[in-house]
Formats: sequence, C-alpha cells, structure tokens
Amino acid sequence: MPQDASPPYANSSREGFQAAGAAGAAGGLGRPPAGGADDETVAGIRSVLAECGGLAVDAGTLAIDDDLYAAGLTSHGCVGLMLGLEEQFDVEFPEKLLNRRTFESIAAIRDAVRGLIDGGEA
Amino acid sequence: MNAALAGLAELTPALAQAPAPGQAPAQTNVVARARSIGAEIAARHAADVDRDGRFPSEAFDTLRAEKLLGVMIPVELGGGGASLFDVAAACHALARGCAATGMIYAMHQIQIACLVNHGDNGWHRGLMERIAAGQLLLGSATTEAETGGDIRNSVCAVKSTPGAEGDRFTLAKNASVISYGDQSDVILVTARRNPDAPSSDQVLVVVTKDDYRLEKTSRWDAMGMRGTCSDGYRLEAAGVIDQILPLSYADLSARTMLPVTHILWSSTWLGIAADAVSRARAYVRSEAKRKPGTTPASAVRLAEATAKLQQMKAVILAAIRQYELACGSPERLTSLSFATAMGTLKVTTSELVREVVEAAIRTCGLAGYRNDTPYSLGRHLRDAHSAALMIGNDRIMSHISTQLLVQRDGSGAFE
Repeated sequence: MPQDASPPYANSSREGFQAAGAAGAAGGLGRPPAGGADDETVAGIRSVLAECGGLAVDAGTLAIDDDLYAAGLTSHGCVGLMLGLEEQFDVEFPEKLLNRRTFESIAAIRDAVRGLIDGGEA
Repeated sequence: MNAALAGLAELTPALAQAPAPGQAPAQTNVVARARSIGAEIAARHAADVDRDGRFPSEAFDTLRAEKLLGVMIPVELGGGGASLFDVAAACHALARGCAATGMIYAMHQIQIACLVNHGDNGWHRGLMERIAAGQLLLGSATTEAETGGDIRNSVCAVKSTPGAEGDRFTLAKNASVISYGDQSDVILVTARRNPDAPSSDQVLVVVTKDDYRLEKTSRWDAMGMRGTCSDGYRLEAAGVIDQILPLSYADLSARTMLPVTHILWSSTWLGIAADAVSRARAYVRSEAKRKPGTTPASAVRLAEATAKLQQMKAVILAAIRQYELACGSPERLTSLSFATAMGTLKVTTSELVREVVEAAIRTCGLAGYRNDTPYSLGRHLRDAHSAALMIGNDRIMSHISTQLLVQRDGSGAFE
C-alpha cells in the first residue's frame, strides 16, 4: 500500500515533516551534544547509525546537526541506514525522500522519520 | 525546450552543413562545426593517433581555433553557452572520426560542467573567463594508485596552510591516471577535505598549470583509446582555498559529474558505433552493386547493428531528457532513482557499443577484420572495449543492486 506512488508522494511537496522538527526544546542523552525535541527518536536514530551507518566515528559523539557525510557516511551506507530506520520505526521511505539531504544529519533524519510517522497516522 | 526530442531529428547525418572555411562566427552551430572537424581532421589522423598512441593534436588545434573548447561556458564569461545536448552531439560527431578525440573532448567538457555548475566564486569565474579566452584544456585526476577505480574514496588530502594573503593549501596525489596530463592546462583533482576526513569525504580542487607540477610515473600503452594518453603521474599542487569547489564531491558528483560523464561518454561511444555501422552499410552497398538484384547474406547483421544503434541513441536521448528535467532540483539530481538511471545508461551503452561493432564486423567479414580496407573495424573494436572498463560495469552494477534494496516505484508516465 505505501508502495503506491500516486497521491501522497507523487507530485505534492510534502513539507509537513520539515516543519515538524522545529517544535520542542533541547533534550539530553547524557552526552555532550544536546538532543532534539524527541529524545527517543534521536536515540533510536543513533543506535541505527551505530549499527548500520558504517561511520568513521562513534555515532554517540555526533551533535544532531553534524554533517554525517563528513563523518564517513557513504551512499552505500545510506542504503543500510535507511533499511535500519525502516525496521526501527516501522515506516517506509518514499521515493521522494531517497536523496542525500534526507540523511545529511541526525536532525534531518529525525524530521523525515517524524514526518513519516505523523503522515502515516494521518 | 526539449532538446532531447529535437535531437531525434538532429542526429541524422544528412544535415551536415559544414561552415565555409574562414567564416565561422562564434555562435554558429556547435554540432555542425564538430561534425566537420570530426569528419575532416579527426578522421584523417585517427589511424596515426591510434598507432602511435599520441595526442590528437591536429583535431584539438582546430577545436581551439573554432572556440569549441569553451562552448559550455556561460556567454557572460566569454563562452558559447551551449547546452549539454549540443556538447553530447559534438562528442558523437568527433568520435565518429576518432574515438580518442571524442573521448578527450567529453572528459574536458565534464570538467567544464563541474566548474560552470558549482564554481561561483570570483576565482572560479575568473578561471572560466580565462578558459573561454584562451581555449584552455581541462583534465582530471580522480583515480589514485591506492584506491584504483574507486573514485569515491581518496587517500590524498587537502592540507591548508594559513598565509599572509589568505589561506592556502597544498595537495599531493599519486594519480595512476591523468588522461592527456601533458596537454592539460587545468586539472580537477579529488582529495579528502582535510587530513582528518574519512576517505569518502572528498572535495574537488581546481588547479592550473601554474599551481601544479607533474612527474610521470607510467605510460599509457593500451588496447584502445590510445590517443587519450592516459598516463600516470605524481601531482603536487598548491593554491588558494578559493580554488576548491565549495560543494562536497559526493554532492557535486551526483548533481553534475555522474550524469554529465555518463551522457557524454555514451555519446562518444555512440559515435564509434555509428561509424562502424556506416562502414558496414558501405560494405553491403558495394557488395550489392557487384551482384545486382541480390541482398548480401551478411546484410542481416547490418540490420542487427542498426537496431542496436537505435537502442543506444534512444537511451542516450532519454537520459539527456531526464537530466534536463532534473536540472535545478538538487533533490531530484541526488535521488537514488536518478543515480540508478545514469548508472544503467552507462552500463547499457557500453555493452551495446561493443555489440554494434561486432555485428558490423560480421557484416563486413574479412574486409572488416583486415586492417587495410575502407571497412576496417579493428580500431573501433579495440576502442569499444574500453567502454565497459572505464568505471567498471561490474562495480556500477553492484552499486545499483545495493540501491535497488530501497528503491520504490516512480511516478512518471512510464514508471
């Protein structure tokens, strides 16, 4: 069903998930880089990153706005990361989100995941 | 405007109207001028360039004189403002005469496209003006001895050094291939962003002849594409930080280098295939004339070659169209489906060019096999074999198969 490329994902510019990330105060994971609005989402992303991202650094040390490509994420790594995120959050990334921007930082991934969770429930 | 569809009509060879000598105003048809250089100059020296493995200097002297090296640079910087379609058609036209000439022209224009699309500071704009004014030749140093064909990883790194008059950098690379390095005036070099960056965090550094020193480490003596002079070098360069293109190489590659490379390479291979089919057609015609009323048995191979040539043309035009549609949208250009489309373009055309040439050889029989007839196809076959190896098809297919793990259906008319 979510594979269907017609209405929700086709031509509409789904900006919902972009705005969603703005809400909420800084949280904390007990690590120096302060977490985003949703600690749980960010923690989940960090664990997937550590497991599937193939990064050159420890995912736990990254700030949420750090450039993941500068941390060693490759296009190959993105694929594993995306599969891991789909598993972790029970979502499916539509064609429209399969680009470098979506995975450029923990914050960007969080926004995308949130948009998918919210969009999926709507 | 849809250049790719217009191209269906444009690619027919009948339209070749070469400009009269001496009157070639800067903006006259790029394709027509490339066609006449390909047919009259590149073709005349192709056998010699191939035999001696030397740079096709006659063709490039003429391309310079005709200002065809700067055609893709924007008009306001002194260039011709030509479209990618025009340049693709020029690669095709040059390669019909001499594959090495077409390939060098393609590689040069790939670097130009990176500069045009991603070099927006004063230094880069100044360089583009110099390229247009002086018709400079651009080369690239992406392969490295330590990483081989895996151009998306670098060992060498940019080292920045704070200086009195702005930040400077130094860069040393063991480049196992720099095609036509001896003839290049400017080289675009991939390197890690800094000495601490992971191997995949690369930038593209633009260095001019004044900034670099080359020491030759190997000579190019290959089966085909011999005129590309793809020698190995140790490159040492220094310059100002502004010379580094600001976008990460991964992004720049997805948006420009990858699509433009595969489109222009494929167009070059199409030129090889088209010339092979021309020779096969001429052979069949001469045979038919000797025995009027009968179609030579091997003509069926000509039909096969022609069908495959048509497939090549179609996938190239479709890819140019896809690129035109995605241009201006970083999201589309960096999407997995676009990367897959460009990768499969390369794999498809690189296999087809060899198949077309082989069918043309079967058509011509021993006349095509021999090296001393008007139908000789040995050089075409040797040149065509490089196509599947330049960024190996197996590597590309393995990347694509990984990408397919996450791909979804598209939303276009045929998806």
